[in-house]
Amino acid sequence: MHTLSIKQLGEALRARKFSSRELTQHYLKRIETLDPQLNSYITVTADQALAAADAADARLARGEGGPLTGIPLGQKDIFCTTGVRTSCASRMLDRFISPYDATIVKKLQAEAGMPMLGKLNMDEFAMGSSNETSWYGPVKNPWDVTRVPGGSSGGSVAAVAAGLAPVATATDTGGSIRQPAALTNLTGIKPTYGRVSRYGMIAFASSLDQAGVVARSAEDAAQVLQAMSGFDPLDSTSMDRPVDDLVAPLGRSIQGLRVGLPREYFADGLDAGVRACIDGAIGELKKLGATFTELSLPNSPLSVPTYYVVAPAEASSNLARFDGVRYGHRSAQAKNLEELYEKSRGEGFGPEVQRRIMIGTYVLSHGYYDAYYLQAQKVRRLIYDDFRRAFEQVDVILGPTATDVAFKLGAKTDDPVSMYLNDIYTIAANLAGIPAMSLPCGFKDGLPVGMQLMGNFFDEAKLLNVAHQYQQVTGWHTQSPKGFE
Amino acid sequence: MSLSPEQIRQVAKLARLELNPSLTEAYAGQISNILELVGQLSAARTEGVGPMAHPLEMTQRLRADEVTQPDQREAFQAIAPAVQDGLYLVPKVIE
Amino acid sequence: MSNANWEVVIGLEVHCQLMTKTKIFSGAATAYGAEPNTQADTVTLGFPGVLPVLNHDALQMAVKFGLAVDAQVAERSVFARKHYFYPDLPKGYQISQYELPIVANGHLDIELADGSTKRIGITRAHMEEDAGKSVHDAYAGQSGIDLNRAGTPLLEIVSEPDIRSSAEAVSYLKKLHQLVVYLGICDGNMQEGSFRCDCNVSVRPRGQKEFGTRTETKNVNSFRYVEKAIEYEIERQIEVIESGGKIVQETRLFNPDTGETRSMRSKENANDYRYFPDPDLLPVVVTAADVARVRSTMPELPEAKRNRFVEQYGLPKYDATVLTGEAALADYYEAVVSTSGGDPKTCANWVITDLLGALNKLGKEIGDSPVTAPMLAGLVARIADKTISGKIAKDVFEAMLAGEGDADTIIKAKGLVQITDESAIIKAIEDVMAKNPGQLAEYRAGKDKLFGFFVGQAMKATQGKANPDALNRLLKEKLAP
Repeated sequence: MHTLSIKQLGEALRARKFSSRELTQHYLKRIETLDPQLNSYITVTADQALAAADAADARLARGEGGPLTGIPLGQKDIFCTTGVRTSCASRMLDRFISPYDATIVKKLQAEAGMPMLGKLNMDEFAMGSSNETSWYGPVKNPWDVTRVPGGSSGGSVAAVAAGLAPVATATDTGGSIRQPAALTNLTGIKPTYGRVSRYGMIAFASSLDQAGVVARSAEDAAQVLQAMSGFDPLDSTSMDRPVDDLVAPLGRSIQGLRVGLPREYFADGLDAGVRACIDGAIGELKKLGATFTELSLPNSPLSVPTYYVVAPAEASSNLARFDGVRYGHRSAQAKNLEELYEKSRGEGFGPEVQRRIMIGTYVLSHGYYDAYYLQAQKVRRLIYDDFRRAFEQVDVILGPTATDVAFKLGAKTDDPVSMYLNDIYTIAANLAGIPAMSLPCGFKDGLPVGMQLMGNFFDEAKLLNVAHQYQQVTGWHTQSPKGFE
Repeated sequence: MSLSPEQIRQVAKLARLELNPSLTEAYAGQISNILELVGQLSAARTEGVGPMAHPLEMTQRLRADEVTQPDQREAFQAIAPAVQDGLYLVPKVIE
Repeated sequence: MSNANWEVVIGLEVHCQLMTKTKIFSGAATAYGAEPNTQADTVTLGFPGVLPVLNHDALQMAVKFGLAVDAQVAERSVFARKHYFYPDLPKGYQISQYELPIVANGHLDIELADGSTKRIGITRAHMEEDAGKSVHDAYAGQSGIDLNRAGTPLLEIVSEPDIRSSAEAVSYLKKLHQLVVYLGICDGNMQEGSFRCDCNVSVRPRGQKEFGTRTETKNVNSFRYVEKAIEYEIERQIEVIESGGKIVQETRLFNPDTGETRSMRSKENANDYRYFPDPDLLPVVVTAADVARVRSTMPELPEAKRNRFVEQYGLPKYDATVLTGEAALADYYEAVVSTSGGDPKTCANWVITDLLGALNKLGKEIGDSPVTAPMLAGLVARIADKTISGKIAKDVFEAMLAGEGDADTIIKAKGLVQITDESAIIKAIEDVMAKNPGQLAEYRAGKDKLFGFFVGQAMKATQGKANPDALNRLLKEKLAP
């Protein structure tokens, strides 16, 4: 069952070949036996999952429900889910039982009828590129359990790659969907900023955060993204605009598609083996009728510095609410109000979160604002303008997702800057707000390599169509890690 | 731009973070490295460029002035660290 | 110590709670006096993942204020986050406006004691969210936090440092208070904290150009306290400087019991607020068409109304000022004039002297007056059509206040209809003349002053009901030798 596509699962459920309860039980069993190797789930919600599966079966029996009804999913533990611990992988929220649901939780679970298997591990408050900053311990890459799965959505990708969930939600602030998808042979998409509601998704950097999905194919991703997307009056930054049909256009030919290859994404620093895989993919797409143009995104080298001002600044502010007063971790040692704050936050946040809060506090503080924050906002516009110009010439932009394949656990934990440079190719899309995705395009030394597609605002359907057409003629995405087949 | 451990302690105070003293040195080094990385921004030519706070060219939407949120104090305070008589308790506030 | 050598410089920051039903960024209620934390929803509490959406009416009210003080209403204004840690501030930041406020460069003209006017600049007015409240004394060593008030929309109105005395400050505040209540954007209830004032005060030697170091006294919640707090600060600052000390720029707290101000310990270290544009909120755009729409809903403002009352009703400026002090009172007066058919000045006298006097005694607002505008109009109409005399009318008014019904009911029940039948009046006059032969003789001998005596006696004989004009005329005729 766990090798079937979303479409196949939906058809089988509607044809009553198996029930949602059976399917859900199958996944729960796999989680029980296989997840100890991976640590992809923080919380498994077996009882709720089975209750939701029964409800889905009842809907299906009445001939109701949609294409996703009865198909279970994993939720990144950044989305608030009523009555279930929502930890954001932080000690700060270890005992936080959310009293409300995120909008995407309502959409996928209550409306679409997907039972939630559990809450997936991640980097603490989504800050990390290796899923090693979680309070609940690191997640292992199912392709090699001595290596990282990428981050911050490490639990999401490990679970889906290992067949511990058919599909999972994820979030992407600087590459947190695409980089881990690349490192685990998955298809992951970050839609246009404003396309998916941020309501109920615990904020890291508000102007960059966007929810999306990791799946085993573009077609699977399209169906789930379709159900997640849409206007939400509870989110001021949600786009009040109809959602395109993401599924129907998947079959379209990409003959004549204009693809841009940004020079800066193929410069020094890109591993030769990764480069070879990307070149192979370019060849395949050419055979499908795509044309390629080299172009320049001249400000892209400034993406990482810009991001490491904007994201920590917003994070330092967003995380100020965690003070031990109304919810969350409260130090038992506090003797006065100042200590309540300092000890609760000192104990509740891990080192990476603390580092980013301090950077953000520093760059916003008096005397530094103009040099750092204001300047970063200006450079952000330059980066945005690069993309605007590029999309006057091309339909999509193609490049690598990550500089290399998955690295060893612990390899970069003491060197934040080298960790941050993991996101060198993914950050620009967040700064500009455009949609971007990663999809499998080969292996280097037995480890998956991903390529990245970036599109113009609201061109999710176009990106998914290109990915789907590519996946019709290649088999990379169908490969599963040994031991998790 | 490099920060001394003393500056790190000041920033941590502003952010209300009690640092593990054994980590302060390491933080100072790491944060200085990060600031060095972001220091590349100063070389960018941004005269006449408007700051971009947001990727969306949208304006603020307005909400009708209608009560939509009922009282849920009991549910909200069930997860609070310390409450009494409906109030959240904290160590004494000195004005 | 001599205050004459010192010039006082005052700027006021007024926090005015906007009269919306719900919070500025969420649909939780804002009613005053609810049980603690029952109006604190997930947004108010700053739960993880929740997001703010701006209240339409709060924005309209801010625009309304901008138009009323002749200010610029920003086409594009931006919400920013102001960071500090305090238990009554749930998110660790207050959503406010910093660089681009909704209202800038307005003014308010105040009247000084000598009758001249002075223009006080309004630097800016911006929207922001209120904080919660701390309850200090109920729990040993602990404070209780009630977040019902958190997230209530505020308009912070910042004046230029144009104010030169506590009297001017109070005059400005009263004018501002009258305006926001008139506009229907604030209930003006100072006890409940709907209208609060922070006073920035400094002194400088007369003739010096540079401002002295200022202190900010927080949350002073009555006009009288504002006067006292400022007076105290002036004295204190002059004393400190004259004894060779220096004023420290700080936040101070006014103690109404002692009339003194003291330094606030919690604000000791000047905060680094780390303002930046709130990424959860987008720029607020108010188009010319939006402004025009708000303009069309603007009520007549106090000054315009006063001027109109002088012109339209021929009232003295004093009467017009009193009657337009409150919109509800002005409406009351206009209802009385238009339905009674009485003389506007007579109506003004009734409202100002009789009605306001009575309400003052009863401690009631015009809105809960036992004598409604139609009731007072009914009374004035009976005077105008000579059914009753002005004197009898006073008794009818008392009866109305006592809840005995409207004027016609009371007049009928008490038989108070004026006597206009001349034969009845003549009979009364003749009786009085017969009973007072001595006075009659003296009068006829030239003691004209006794005329009043006869008027009084004749009125008394008719229980005050005789038509005064007729009585006067007939009495003159009869008394003539």
